[in-house]
Amino acid sequence: MTEQKVTETADIGVSDDYEAKYGFHDDIKPVFKARKGLDLEIINQMCDIKDEPDWMREYRHKAYEIYKQKAMIKWGGDLSQLDFDNIYYYVKASDRAERSWDDVPDDIKKTFDRLGIPEAERKFLAGVGAQYDSEVVYHSVEKELEKIGVIFVSMDTAVSEYPDLVKEYFGTLIPSADNKFAALNSAIWSGGSFIYIPPGVKVDYPLQAYFRINSENMGQFERTLIIVDEGAEVHYVEGCTAPTFSSESLHSAVVEIICKKGSRVRYTTIQNWANNVYNLVTKRAFAYEDATMEWIDGNLGSKLTMKYPSVYMKGKGAHGEILSIAFATKGQHQDAGGKVIHCAPYTTSKIVSKSISKDGGRSSYRGELKVLKGAHGCKSSVVCDALILDEESRSDTYPVIEIGESDVNIGHEARVSKIGEEQLFYLMSRGLSEDEASTMIVNGFIEPLVKELPMEYAVEMNRLIQLQMEGSVG
Amino acid sequence: MSTELVIKDLHISVEGTPIIKNLNLTVRQGEIHALMGPNGSGKSTLANALMGHPLYEIDSGEVTFDGVDVLELESNERAKLGLFLAFQYPTAVPGVSMANFLRMAVSAVRSGNSNGSETKLIPMREFRRELRTKMKQLGVDESFARRYLNDGFSGGEKKRAEVLQLAMLEPKIAILDETDSGLDIDAVRIVGESVNQLIGPNLGVLIITHYPRLLNYIRPEFVHIMLDGRIVESGGWELAQLLEEKGYGPIREKYGISEEVLANEGDQDPLFSLRR
Repeated sequence: MTEQKVTETADIGVSDDYEAKYGFHDDIKPVFKARKGLDLEIINQMCDIKDEPDWMREYRHKAYEIYKQKAMIKWGGDLSQLDFDNIYYYVKASDRAERSWDDVPDDIKKTFDRLGIPEAERKFLAGVGAQYDSEVVYHSVEKELEKIGVIFVSMDTAVSEYPDLVKEYFGTLIPSADNKFAALNSAIWSGGSFIYIPPGVKVDYPLQAYFRINSENMGQFERTLIIVDEGAEVHYVEGCTAPTFSSESLHSAVVEIICKKGSRVRYTTIQNWANNVYNLVTKRAFAYEDATMEWIDGNLGSKLTMKYPSVYMKGKGAHGEILSIAFATKGQHQDAGGKVIHCAPYTTSKIVSKSISKDGGRSSYRGELKVLKGAHGCKSSVVCDALILDEESRSDTYPVIEIGESDVNIGHEARVSKIGEEQLFYLMSRGLSEDEASTMIVNGFIEPLVKELPMEYAVEMNRLIQLQMEGSVG
Repeated sequence: MSTELVIKDLHISVEGTPIIKNLNLTVRQGEIHALMGPNGSGKSTLANALMGHPLYEIDSGEVTFDGVDVLELESNERAKLGLFLAFQYPTAVPGVSMANFLRMAVSAVRSGNSNGSETKLIPMREFRRELRTKMKQLGVDESFARRYLNDGFSGGEKKRAEVLQLAMLEPKIAILDETDSGLDIDAVRIVGESVNQLIGPNLGVLIITHYPRLLNYIRPEFVHIMLDGRIVESGGWELAQLLEEKGYGPIREKYGISEEVLANEGDQDPLFSLRR
């Protein structure tokens, strides 16, 4: 029966109307048979299932063409092991590969224990079937947000319910042609968040992707668009410290944030993807006059992460800040950092990068500080600290600094250290074991970032570091 | 039964050079000892080695704490037995608050658990109460607890942080290594008065110093003079007074130890004086 359907599908042009041809009822969705690799048919079938408007379908088609033409990037991490044709690019949540609880590695289970993750969430995070329904939490938040005019929906919903807003801003910071993975995301994106904060509205508690978590939203190619209008304020948090399973190994998200005049925006990410995941992300924010944009970026998991959140200071007096931690253990490469581009005068920026490598892991800082011509009176400070915990591990720094004006105040510091013998001795002389002392030192090392996290994340982060130091996290 | 720290025939080298040469000393709970000697006599080496500093090689000899062989133990195990060292130059650990650090340290020392098992932390409320009490007792401002361990501390603040740790950890024997060095008169008085509050029958103290300012506040019963890696003379308070009047010259002459033997013989405290 299934085979017949597939044959019939192939006879019809993909953009033809299934309903008309087959007389399907409105409430039955067309069957989508997931398969590996990416082509127009898959993109179109996805559009059909989502019931997307033509303008988005066209956007995807164009992006796909660009994706095909662009050469693979040759810098950053090692992508040679990633077989692009052997990946599912779109899988409906209900069809996602699952595993049984017995197959979940012991150290992952142990981490859940130590982090105190609730039962229902554990199964979900570990990829053990069952949709996790956080709808209850979300709905109560939703009501409050509605009252103040805040829009917080999935990107899919936004395309159909707020098309004008989406059309105005989607792809304006990160066009499909920006890089190969932006093109890929633009072609096959699914899930992600859309947020709009009206002028003057200050949301005083963090909006969390976790409120709306379900399999759809934990996709490989999430697309997030955040528009913060004049004088408004918001803090958005995505990801979680608990180790998160993914059946698919390629994740390539795109996040665009528009910070209008006088707004304040903070975007916090803690990523702890399973160690089969390639996490290649493009994140960019435009900060207009007197606006402040802060990226807090925690990279703990994945096999390879390539991520350099950036802030373009587009208006006078804008401020951009990037606080980044990368922790690479065995078999991991965290290629992280940030970019700050001063496009307007009297703008300021700050990058603080803390990286830790252990057990042969590799942590790299890759950053860019640019002051364009005409951007007078700018100030920027970049500090990259690397902590290498043993002989097998590695840390690299690739800073790029391009200054187009002479009246600027620029500071760049890079430090590499290992855990000091004197520090260890001092702490041990107070009763701490060597492990406890090392953990304390590492936690102290990342404290400047941890203290910016919401309380529960900070606690989880410290506990996670403790586990990483004991070498017991998968 | 009071705890004894017994040092017998101890020889210590640093990178192949002998520093401590046949040192003998016993300190008991409830006793106050002063170990005095010029710079380079090996005082800090002794202090750090007793605490288990990895750089110091024990050539021979024995150190026992309550009969337990201490030289086989890691630093943290020694701390759990009840030994404490107030460092001359306390190390900074950025990003770690005094409060968090102290809670961990006190929990570790009190639990007495062996290496390999996880330390059970003292409940926060209980700990906070204790910390506040001790800080008040020592006249330390509460904001101190939030600051990062020794990070950006002035000399005086570092020493007071050491004394606070001493108060919280409640060791049986405490070694104070040059706790008055680098401090002005007022700071010495504050440190001296703080330590005095902690002195009692349950605490044995070994004050290591090369000038006797701190001893104005903490009067030792036993004074030992150290020259060239060993204790050459022991006595009472009168020995300290002798040093104050005559300096180390006469003692050096008596034991035939010339100036060239001593390394880094440096700054003598211009305020080298005792007050009754």
